[in-house]
Amino acid sequence: MRSCLVVDDSRVIRKVACRILSDLGFETAEAEDGVTALESCRAHMPEMILLDWSMPNMSGVEFLRALRRERAGDKPVVVFCTTENDVNSITEALGAGANEYIMKPFDRDIIQAKLAEVGLA
Amino acid sequence: MKPDDVAYLTHMLRRRSGMMLGRAKPEFIEGRLAPVMRRFGFKDVSGLVAELRHGRDALARAVTEAMTTNESSFFRDRPSFDVFEQLVLPALLTRRGSAKRLRIWSAACAAGQEAYSIAMLLDDHKLAAKGWTIDVIATDISAEMVARGEQGLYGHFEVQRGLPVRRLVDHFSQEGSSWRVGENLRRMVTFRPFNLLDSFGWLEDIDVVFCRNVLMYLDHKAKVGVLDQISEVLLPDGYLMLGSVETPQGLSNAFDPVPGSPGLYVPARAALPRQAVG
Repeated sequence: MRSCLVVDDSRVIRKVACRILSDLGFETAEAEDGVTALESCRAHMPEMILLDWSMPNMSGVEFLRALRRERAGDKPVVVFCTTENDVNSITEALGAGANEYIMKPFDRDIIQAKLAEVGLA
Repeated sequence: MKPDDVAYLTHMLRRRSGMMLGRAKPEFIEGRLAPVMRRFGFKDVSGLVAELRHGRDALARAVTEAMTTNESSFFRDRPSFDVFEQLVLPALLTRRGSAKRLRIWSAACAAGQEAYSIAMLLDDHKLAAKGWTIDVIATDISAEMVARGEQGLYGHFEVQRGLPVRRLVDHFSQEGSSWRVGENLRRMVTFRPFNLLDSFGWLEDIDVVFCRNVLMYLDHKAKVGVLDQISEVLLPDGYLMLGSVETPQGLSNAFDPVPGSPGLYVPARAALPRQAVG
């Protein structure tokens, strides 16, 4: 089964995203900030990471830059899922190594469409 | 809904657009007509149909548009665009290398997503900078949809279904929570309201016709007529792109399938008067 780490400081968003991803055939894990997510990735590198931007301790972009420096950290497909919905943020995320970008609010169709974009549909 | 009203709507739609209502459920019809009823002040479908029977053309047009409008998305049915990008476009760029002119028709463009998707793929080749003249002609029976396409303004959800974020950043600019198609793409696309039952006389020398998921809604006579007219406006070495489950087989002998490319057709050798004359 494909694995996805959902990183978001909102418990509600993590729950909603995990439910959608589970329905789409993913085994999900959760992290509430970048630091916890990085620890999780070191223990088990997921196939995909759904990543919020603004979080305490370590932001999504900081996490992504750190992840890409980790051993096998280039492997996970990283899809941002954030309220940072401006062109500059999207460009910064892509520059940091994001594969796709979801602008909140999102629904199941958007997640499914983005999974297709990154070849995980 | 009264059976009489359904029968009247079925007949009217078929006459005005070639669309087959088939066994559409009353809820579907009422759902599609709800905005028209609000706009024209009707409380129920019966009242609306009663007015239609008096021959109000503006109302009939609005009903036809509401019933025939289909939701679309950027790069919808991606395999068709893969075929266009990997097979059709390279062939045409070679064949038209000296004329440097391409005319592509999106025959039922809805709010323009198909036409702009085509324009994005063309823009990848920077053809305008290389001196090419590109015309993407986008038509739809719905004047409202055509107006939306011309505006090129799409909502938060529309730009996140089928459109890779890299293309969003490269080709759109943000306006509040909406996104507007960039000027370079909009210059390539010309929108026009057009009923496929009307004469194609104003169209000529088309390199590629995108007519995807349209025939499936039309009655037999309309399908035959549309394919016949497409065969007249399509260049002898052009391409017809239908929906991947659609076929001209049994409707027209003017097209041959391209093996291995579902939905892609070329003018049949035997049906090429321009080549036969030459």
